[in-house]
Amino acid sequence: MAVGARVVPIAPPSLRTRVSALLDRDGILGPIFVSPAVLLLLILVAYPFCMALYFSMSNAFIGRPSHFIGLKNFINLWQSDAFRQTFQNAFVFTGAAVAVKLVLGISLALLLSEQLWFKRAIRGAILLPWVIPTALSTLGWWWMFNSLYSVVNWTGIATGLMDPPGPNWLGQKYYAMTAVVVVNIWRGLPFFAITILAGLVSIPKELYEAAEADGAGPVARFWLITLPLLKPVLTIVILFSTIFTFSEFNIIYVLTHGGPINSTHLFATLSRQIGLESGRIGEGAAISLYLFPVLMMVVYAQLKLVRKEVY
Amino acid sequence: MAATAAGRRLGRKVSAHLLLVPFLIFALFPFYHMTLTSLKQDKELYDRTAVPLLIRQGPTLTHYTKLLWETEFLTWTKNSLLVTFLATALSLTIGTVAAYALARLQFFGVGGFGTAIFVTYLVPTSLLFLPLAQVVNWLGLADSKWALVVTYPTFLVPFCTWLLMGYFRTVPKEVEECAMVDGATRLQALWRIVLPIAIPGLVCAALFAFTLSWNEFIYALTFTSSSDEITASVGITSELIRGDIYFWGSLMAGAVLGSVPIVILYVFFLDYYVTGLTAGALK
Repeated sequence: MAVGARVVPIAPPSLRTRVSALLDRDGILGPIFVSPAVLLLLILVAYPFCMALYFSMSNAFIGRPSHFIGLKNFINLWQSDAFRQTFQNAFVFTGAAVAVKLVLGISLALLLSEQLWFKRAIRGAILLPWVIPTALSTLGWWWMFNSLYSVVNWTGIATGLMDPPGPNWLGQKYYAMTAVVVVNIWRGLPFFAITILAGLVSIPKELYEAAEADGAGPVARFWLITLPLLKPVLTIVILFSTIFTFSEFNIIYVLTHGGPINSTHLFATLSRQIGLESGRIGEGAAISLYLFPVLMMVVYAQLKLVRKEVY
Repeated sequence: MAATAAGRRLGRKVSAHLLLVPFLIFALFPFYHMTLTSLKQDKELYDRTAVPLLIRQGPTLTHYTKLLWETEFLTWTKNSLLVTFLATALSLTIGTVAAYALARLQFFGVGGFGTAIFVTYLVPTSLLFLPLAQVVNWLGLADSKWALVVTYPTFLVPFCTWLLMGYFRTVPKEVEECAMVDGATRLQALWRIVLPIAIPGLVCAALFAFTLSWNEFIYALTFTSSSDEITASVGITSELIRGDIYFWGSLMAGAVLGSVPIVILYVFFLDYYVTGLTAGALK
């Protein structure tokens, strides 16, 4: 090959040095370093996503050849009571849960930013619901909402807040929705509180001191300094929480299975029931794709925010 | 004057603690009640006149022994551990090199790749589980815990990459350039200089990957079903419930034991969880 090189009395560079010289180049090492991740995303995210698109436009049924039927699934779903109920549930569930988590999260973060005696222990306790497997902690809530032995009702009756026997939490539709929202708040509140706390800590103390010197009371300081400066953090937290609350599965599946009479179904649980338990994959895929517009909105908003900060 | 200022500060501190009490009860009561139920004798557990907040008739470990010896709980836990360790190791490796490339190297398509990672990071697992089940079938991994080892990286790799990219960016470029001027190759500089500095980030990513895979539920529920292959969460929520008869004591014992590995990690690495949580969301 390299005939000319033989004339020069210097030994050609060994394979090893040549390879390592190549690897020092960004244009070569970069693609090598990202290729495992790219392959993974292509095979197990992008490809399944295309399949979801195809399924949703076909009459696919487990173990049967499928045909293309266009947007029929997406349209036909609106004739199903279960789907219309689910659509409504998703907004009620997400709206209620995110709103309460936001208000409680700000309050909790403000309390956590105070001088505390057992700061680390208290933060640890507050964060706990967020790290424990949701499916398992929801089992605990399932037992707490049990129709015969509910500790919630026992406490309510003992303190005189409820008339015996108290609500049948998981058996009546509004109570069941309340129950799943409460568990979602319980599990998501730590994320709000700790993230907002990080935002609070980064607000310069001098601002408060200056405002106080100018005679601003605690309420004014909160509305005029804390809230405006927290806005970026709050936006990110709300966006994050919206997408993950909208696509909630674990809590619903364990606590109510979508019942009673579909009153707590969300897209994820209904999609599983139709797509896997009844085998109508096409319809199931169409249902879960209703999550996609929400995802896109959140991604768009996040990318705009992230771009502004990073690039 | 000074005394009243100090008094006011103490008063504020005390009232902050008092206001935190309801939040703490809300956060911790379910765990207390779960543990309590798992230690109660059936006689007291199903006595509707008993006080549910206490154990009055003596604790018992029968629910735990029943869970350990009469169910497949140990197999499920072994599966969970295997899947979690392998998925974490795999994702951490893939994520580390990808994050380094994103943070340091300039090459064609780096911006697009960064965006793709970020978008995937936001994709909820409940969006793609139906078609992924088909892919798992084609790979010949239906009803196998290996399906989980392969699919968990789909949400772990974007997470690790995003988190580590932030850490690598905080390592000053000069440190690395110095090493390279001294004759080290880029790979050597990465291995000997950058990775040791980024250890806190790696620990954080590993912890979160471990927690996320241990807690994963929808993929495990969908891709595995036989008692030999399922994970702890799936086993406890599906196999311990037979028809309409619930064994609440064992169910709660399962929920407690299934959380133990995470609680242990949590107690030792609390600060990493706090920083990782905010970094993951805010970077």
